[in-house]
Amino acid sequence: MISLSHVSKRYPGGRQALHDVGFTIESGELAFITGHSGAGKTTLLKLLVAIERPTSGSVIVSGQNVGALKPRAVPFLRRKFGLVFQDHKLLFDRNVFNNVALPLQIAGYRAKDAARRVRAALDKVGLLAYEKALPITLSGGEQQRLCIARAIVHRPAILLADEPTGNLDAEYAAEIGELFRSFNQVGVTVVIATHDPALLAQLAPRVITLRHGKLAAA
Amino acid sequence: MMAWLAQHARSFGATFARLARAPLGAALNILVIGIALSLPVGLYVVIANLQASSHQLAAEPQVSAFMALDASRAEVAQIEARLKQNPLVQRFRFVPREQALQELKQASGLADVVDSLPQNPLPDAFVVNARDSTPQALEALRDEIRQWPRVAHVQLDAAWARRLDAALRLGRLAVALLGALLALALVAVTFNTIRLQVLTQRDEIEVIKLIGATDAFIRRPFLYFGALQGCGGGIVAWLIVSGGVYLLNHNLGELSHVYATLIQLKHLSLGDSLSLLAFPAALGWFGAWLSVGRHLALIEPGAGK
Ligand SMILES: Nc1ncnc2c1ncn2[C@@H]1O[C@H](COP(=O)(O)OP(=O)(O)OP(=O)(O)O)[C@@H](O)[C@H]1O
Ligand SMILES: [Mg+2]
Repeated sequence: MISLSHVSKRYPGGRQALHDVGFTIESGELAFITGHSGAGKTTLLKLLVAIERPTSGSVIVSGQNVGALKPRAVPFLRRKFGLVFQDHKLLFDRNVFNNVALPLQIAGYRAKDAARRVRAALDKVGLLAYEKALPITLSGGEQQRLCIARAIVHRPAILLADEPTGNLDAEYAAEIGELFRSFNQVGVTVVIATHDPALLAQLAPRVITLRHGKLAAA
Repeated sequence: MMAWLAQHARSFGATFARLARAPLGAALNILVIGIALSLPVGLYVVIANLQASSHQLAAEPQVSAFMALDASRAEVAQIEARLKQNPLVQRFRFVPREQALQELKQASGLADVVDSLPQNPLPDAFVVNARDSTPQALEALRDEIRQWPRVAHVQLDAAWARRLDAALRLGRLAVALLGALLALALVAVTFNTIRLQVLTQRDEIEVIKLIGATDAFIRRPFLYFGALQGCGGGIVAWLIVSGGVYLLNHNLGELSHVYATLIQLKHLSLGDSLSLLAFPAALGWFGAWLSVGRHLALIEPGAGK
């Protein structure tokens, strides 16, 4: 499903974020990418969805060479993924329902089908009662779950999450860990970049470790 | 197909929502565009009307020859004979001075004044249609008739209409230039409006790009916005011009009574009206397209973070 070989990434500033990284994640796997701050975890996720391009090496996602993708093909690559961002990236001028509906609108779903799916996703993350609320009125944990609902609403094959428990207390973090486990159990490939040891202990995933941009363990 | 339509409908809805979110700004823009557009359009209406009547006059150029007031019957008959033989003349009509007076009485509503005149102030006249209606031929005919005995005055009726026609051609050019300039201004105004919108919605655009929106999807509401704003300007311009025509016609109506002829400005035709909606819409679309294309490229997710 995801396969990297000899991937290096050097940012324009001259910073070498990744150096000759290679690994494969099979379909349906639950994998963690760990490493110290600045190790290159976020950079790795960005390469998978063509937010950044590798300086060298190949990034293959379900048979497509992401590094060589034409710009007009990028949106369709991204629709295969559900993305949970470190900083949520919610739209604060629209309510919870409309935030979650966004990926479906982009993909051109009919309003009725979309509404059904949005409610199912909100139910899944326990936010059904907040449908009409504005994101700003939600707690940090609720915002994180909202972000997850938006990431799964279009039933992507792959779920990518960057520090999903970053600034949550232990209880919330465990809840969110369970959510990821449940998605993985229904066949979604889940890749999480984190350095949260509690989450690691909870999910007992496959671990890919980066150290200064190099693969330390896969 | 249905999904495609639904998506467009939704973009359209989003565009209206955007208009509604900043109603004052949008309304002011539309008003400014409308007022600007109403200038060339109003001028166009006036010129089209003048041109229609000048064409009517210029189509049948005539030469009027007035006899001296004291010309005798025989002298008039002699002129008539000359006209009959002249190869430049196609046909002519004799207007005896009594008939001219009668016509004046009826046409002008000045019957009392005419009746009180001690004698008929009008001469006998010939209204001549030339075989060849080019200005040169007409002038040649005028110059010839002018030299005939007892002809007091010869007048080219169509001359002023021709001059008006030439002036109107200039006017049309002015309308075209003004229209082109304002079209450019409309594109520029839309460009700037959309630029501001794209910049204020930068975060939103970045997010929906990240979750798989195509450029076409992102661009669409902005294009609709540009087109709607232009079209709104067109509607405002149409209303302004309509109001102007109505007011003028209202006042001309009174004037018409005085001169016993019906002077009425014709309004924009249906085709012109539709153009007035379609052209600004297309220009707005174009301005938005330029702007959004340029500014969207600057918003690439990841580049910043
Ligand atoms: N846009 C960028 N331009 C230049 N350098 C960057 C950029 N993004 C990241 N870097 C650099 O690349 C290296 C890897 O960054 P990255 O964000 O991938 O680390 P990370 O493992 O996600 O760290 P953290 O755990 O703190 O989120 C860092 O040294 C960082 O300074
Ligand atoms: Mg990171």
